[in-house]
Amino acid sequence: MLNINTSLCKGCSYCIKFCPKKILEMGTERNNHGHFFPHITDEASCIACAMCATICPEGAIEITKEETNNG
Amino acid sequence: MAKVLMKGCEAIAEAAVRAGCRFFAGYPITPQNEIPEYLSWRLPEVGGVFVQGESEVASVNMVYGAAASGCRSMTSSSGPGISLKAEGISYLAGTGIPAVIVNISRGGPGLGSIQPAQQDYLQATKALGHGGFRAMVFAPATLQEAVDLTYNAWDYAERDRNPVMILMDGCLGAIMELVEFPEMKEADRQGTKAWDLNRKEGDDRKARLLTPYFPEAILELKNTSQKKMIERWAQNDVKVEEFMVEDAEYIIVAYGISARVSKEAILRLREEGYKVGMIRPITLYPFPKESFNKLNYDQVKGFIDVELAIPAQMHDDIALEVKDRAPIYEYCRSGGLLFDDDGVYTAVRKILDGGAK
Amino acid sequence: MAEYKRPESLKKTPSGFCPGCMHSLATKLIAEVIGEMGQVDNCVHIVPVGCSTLNLAYWQGDVLGAAHGRAPAVATGFKRSNPERLVFAYQGDGDLAAIGLAEIMGAANRGENFTVIFFNNQTYGMTGGQMAPTTLIGQKTTTTRYGRDPETTGYPMKMCELISTLEAPAFVARYALNTPKGCRDAKKAIRKAFDIQMAGKGFTFIELLGNCPTNWGLSPLQTLDYMESNTIPYFVPGVYKDKYKDEVK
Repeated sequence: MLNINTSLCKGCSYCIKFCPKKILEMGTERNNHGHFFPHITDEASCIACAMCATICPEGAIEITKEETNNG
Repeated sequence: MAKVLMKGCEAIAEAAVRAGCRFFAGYPITPQNEIPEYLSWRLPEVGGVFVQGESEVASVNMVYGAAASGCRSMTSSSGPGISLKAEGISYLAGTGIPAVIVNISRGGPGLGSIQPAQQDYLQATKALGHGGFRAMVFAPATLQEAVDLTYNAWDYAERDRNPVMILMDGCLGAIMELVEFPEMKEADRQGTKAWDLNRKEGDDRKARLLTPYFPEAILELKNTSQKKMIERWAQNDVKVEEFMVEDAEYIIVAYGISARVSKEAILRLREEGYKVGMIRPITLYPFPKESFNKLNYDQVKGFIDVELAIPAQMHDDIALEVKDRAPIYEYCRSGGLLFDDDGVYTAVRKILDGGAK
Repeated sequence: MAEYKRPESLKKTPSGFCPGCMHSLATKLIAEVIGEMGQVDNCVHIVPVGCSTLNLAYWQGDVLGAAHGRAPAVATGFKRSNPERLVFAYQGDGDLAAIGLAEIMGAANRGENFTVIFFNNQTYGMTGGQMAPTTLIGQKTTTTRYGRDPETTGYPMKMCELISTLEAPAFVARYALNTPKGCRDAKKAIRKAFDIQMAGKGFTFIELLGNCPTNWGLSPLQTLDYMESNTIPYFVPGVYKDKYKDEVK
């Protein structure tokens, strides 16, 4: 599960640049601090490589393991 | 405990160890070298740490770091080195970290001389660093007094979360006298004090932030509480020796070595019938204002400021209290030149005779 | 599948850093390592002066603010009187390589048993983008309007190279934070430095190459490329000294 805490995001776009699956896209909404933030276009394609989370300066992206019984 | 014969600088160093000081950082400068030299071997004996810093700036900041962990810490220097420590002393006051700074003072300004002088009075009492803070300044006149003031210095520093300065001229730093040391204390290292980042295993206290930076409104509150603190000092913490002032017509004002020499001169002048006394501030800050204000100005004809500083630096503080109620004369030497009994005696007698005429 | 959690030693509010600033990235990586080591309570963060001062309001844990350039001296005092604590100073380039040069070299040469994380973004960010000792030749700043001229301002200082000439330091290395790989390598090195420290094996120094979108006048994404083609060729990443190569993982 990829989770973006949009209230922490400052819109730098690093996550978008480094996503190997190209499933992150900058949105048109702004958060409380006035920053645009990305959203996920195709979560099913996410391979949880955590490239986005690693480079996110604000620690706004979290990757959690999917629980098997949900599957 | 039996009395031991010790040099001034070393007596201060041993008194610090007895007070529970377990960290010292310093940098060589004359005439205070015996303090770091002594502590370099003495502190490890009691489980303490000695560091010879790469500069005075680094040394005072090492003390800042060590003291932030609740460890009683000290640094020492002389004039030029104290100027370099000014940044760190201001940070100690700003962050609210207690520490003791010793200035074994010499001639100035600039490199000045390495001989004893009292040229750092204004720096010590008015501006030990930038930003408008004050520190208590203790000025011993005997080595026993130096021991006792040093021993108690951390109690004030920790009570106030503020640096304390011991200001002693190079003459007292170099002389030897019999001193008696108080018992050995161990500092409380339990992480219980508000400035204390120490944390023993299993301690689940909340994280602490020790910062020298404050938002405007909090900084004003902090400045205000420091103002109240120095008002409390003036009320409760003044130390002064009043010597033969009851019937005195002329009063010498002197501290440190100048007071010792003046005392000899006063005894000689008294034998000759001159009614001379002395006010000796032991705390240069807070200044003993009351000692001046309680005097009978129908009786007191004048004050003589005796200092190893030219121009006289304590003069302004005396004048603030005397307020034109009597003239203030000066007898000063500087540059590292010392008084002798005759010098003070002759100079004071000249003033007295001039005044009596 | 990888798991990635926001580290607990960061407050749950946005950092004070500008968008795309790698100060917050570096801080996050350090916080991750400290969390993974279970050292959140035992750690003391020495915060200096500069943009890194913003960590005063961002770091969740014991924090001690130091004067400009003096963090290694403050860390010396703290660590010597508390050898069991994990102590690290996080310093910018002006702080460490200009005003604090004596303190960093003194601490490194004594082999003080703490870690310095050196964030090198080639500018004084907090004060508005003046020339730093690490500013690249030709780089424009508010005090080098036509670009840094080595004739009058010398050359950018290479701190890893300088410190690795000393005998005492245990581990000296440099990483660039402009790619996820660079971040992961940096994180491993920070872990190694902290492990060396906790084993009592001496001074460790990690230089992190970062950016300053605001004062470089570039977008965050543009800074990534700028670093690749300008910063990294001059400040070459790598391990400059490793005393315990075979002993500590």
